[in-house]
Amino acid sequence: MWDAFGFEFVNFYLIPGLVLGCIYALGAIGITLTFGILRFANFAHGELMMMGAYLTWTIMAIITAVIGITVHPLIAAIPASIVVIYLFFWTDKFFYKPFRKADTIKVVMASFGMMLILRSAVQVIWGPNQLTFVPGIAKPNAGLMSWTDDIGAILLIPNKHLLIFAGTIVFVVVLSYILNRTRIGKAMRAVSDSPDLAHVTGIDVDQVIRATWIVGGVCALAAGVFLAMDIQLLETTMGFRMLLPMFAAAILGGIGKPYGAVAGGLIIGLAEELSAYPWIGTEPLLSPGYKTGVAFAIMVVMLILRPQGLFKGRSF
Amino acid sequence: MTDTVLSLNNLKAGYGQTEILHDLSMHVDANEIVAIIGPNGAGKSTAMKSVLGLLNINSGSVTLNGTDITDTPAAKVVRLGISYVPQTQNVFVNLSVQENLEMGAWTRPVGIPERLAEMYELFPDLAEKRNQAAGSLSGGQRQMVAMAKALMVDAKILLLDEPTAGLSPKYRGEIFNTIQKIKSTGVPIMIVEQNAKQALGVADRGYVLVDGANRYTGTGADLIADREIARMFLGGGH
Repeated sequence: MWDAFGFEFVNFYLIPGLVLGCIYALGAIGITLTFGILRFANFAHGELMMMGAYLTWTIMAIITAVIGITVHPLIAAIPASIVVIYLFFWTDKFFYKPFRKADTIKVVMASFGMMLILRSAVQVIWGPNQLTFVPGIAKPNAGLMSWTDDIGAILLIPNKHLLIFAGTIVFVVVLSYILNRTRIGKAMRAVSDSPDLAHVTGIDVDQVIRATWIVGGVCALAAGVFLAMDIQLLETTMGFRMLLPMFAAAILGGIGKPYGAVAGGLIIGLAEELSAYPWIGTEPLLSPGYKTGVAFAIMVVMLILRPQGLFKGRSF
Repeated sequence: MTDTVLSLNNLKAGYGQTEILHDLSMHVDANEIVAIIGPNGAGKSTAMKSVLGLLNINSGSVTLNGTDITDTPAAKVVRLGISYVPQTQNVFVNLSVQENLEMGAWTRPVGIPERLAEMYELFPDLAEKRNQAAGSLSGGQRQMVAMAKALMVDAKILLLDEPTAGLSPKYRGEIFNTIQKIKSTGVPIMIVEQNAKQALGVADRGYVLVDGANRYTGTGADLIADREIARMFLGGGH
């Protein structure tokens, strides 16, 4: 069964699809939480994700310059996460909070403006050109390769991808623990359920909003760093390119449903990659250039047929 | 003379520019159930919401145990010990019964296990459904969850906005029994009700509201016995 077909399908389509899906999933978690709890579509989410990756790169560069060793991006991401969380707090305080009681469209537009501000800021600080995030060619994990070769189903997965898989699983498990087992997580679900009732129950909604930015921010940073690890470079448009598939993932899963966002992310990632597989004949079914179109098509079909998403989120 | 817990004094209040309460005065004393009845649009629910700081108070005051709490925001009012059960959307439907109760204890996060045990004793039906989503329960059971949730704090007073609206007669009776049980635990209750006769039946005192002002006041029994009130407000036999 594991012939040339299986080898090519799994290693060159399925696994990249899952990697992309993990990145979308982490990004979509923040979007869906913001939508559920603060009730608006945050267009700046992709930009904050991108900024997190740039900050991580800078911290890596500083560590290399000061003590002469190269640290892994995931180590540098820890201090970067603090900066990203504060970025989320500040954008909320100065750009979103003033519109909290106004029509939703105003805060959506504010987030759109925020998106442009952040991207321009990155272009001013780091320049408009691509930067190398991690140099070199990522070789497949040798142990996994020889082990799977022995059982006749060879897998070529570079370490960076194994890290992205493991990292995503850890994030989803921790997220699930927070939402279901902690007081603040249950309050996040309560506010998402009914802000008015949360208010008259005496729940500290501001505290819940801060927690939402922290959880969404850390997931966004992880998504940004994972994306940079995957493509090994940084560019100022990388967040924006992720935005549409992430929204598609959030809508597919059901707005306000974090597990839905994870499932939606994986489905969109897989759909994008598998759409380029030569299902019929030897040519790709869809030219890889249309990948984003696949996410968009899924989003539109979903909005028409089942606006509440797979996990019965809020329809709008 | 018993101690007054909650008191609304010459209240003029409404939403935005629209004034709904025109000179409303009422009070709830320790260990009593007070029912607010009256026709639709008389301002019954509005009177309750004015306590929660949910509307504009133009003049008059609200006091809790003698302390002025006029215009205090809802979150703080809850922390002061006023527990409120809204008429609709009064449970978190996606949270389990137990999680709803835990959220009720947000402002008093100590001794939750003991408090939960007390609530399951007071509302035995909820004990076996503790891990079910509140949204999956029947209307009557949801109302129980909402009341238990409100009692998770050391409530100085419980405000119930039409707790029996839309319920079957069986559940209505059960809710009124529960209200009396809650009173026996020492929590005074202010209740807004459409089912005026039943509400006055359990209430120590009642207020009849018409056009945003209290028209009649008396003990529950007196109000039921009053012929004019019976004709105007109880005759329909809700």
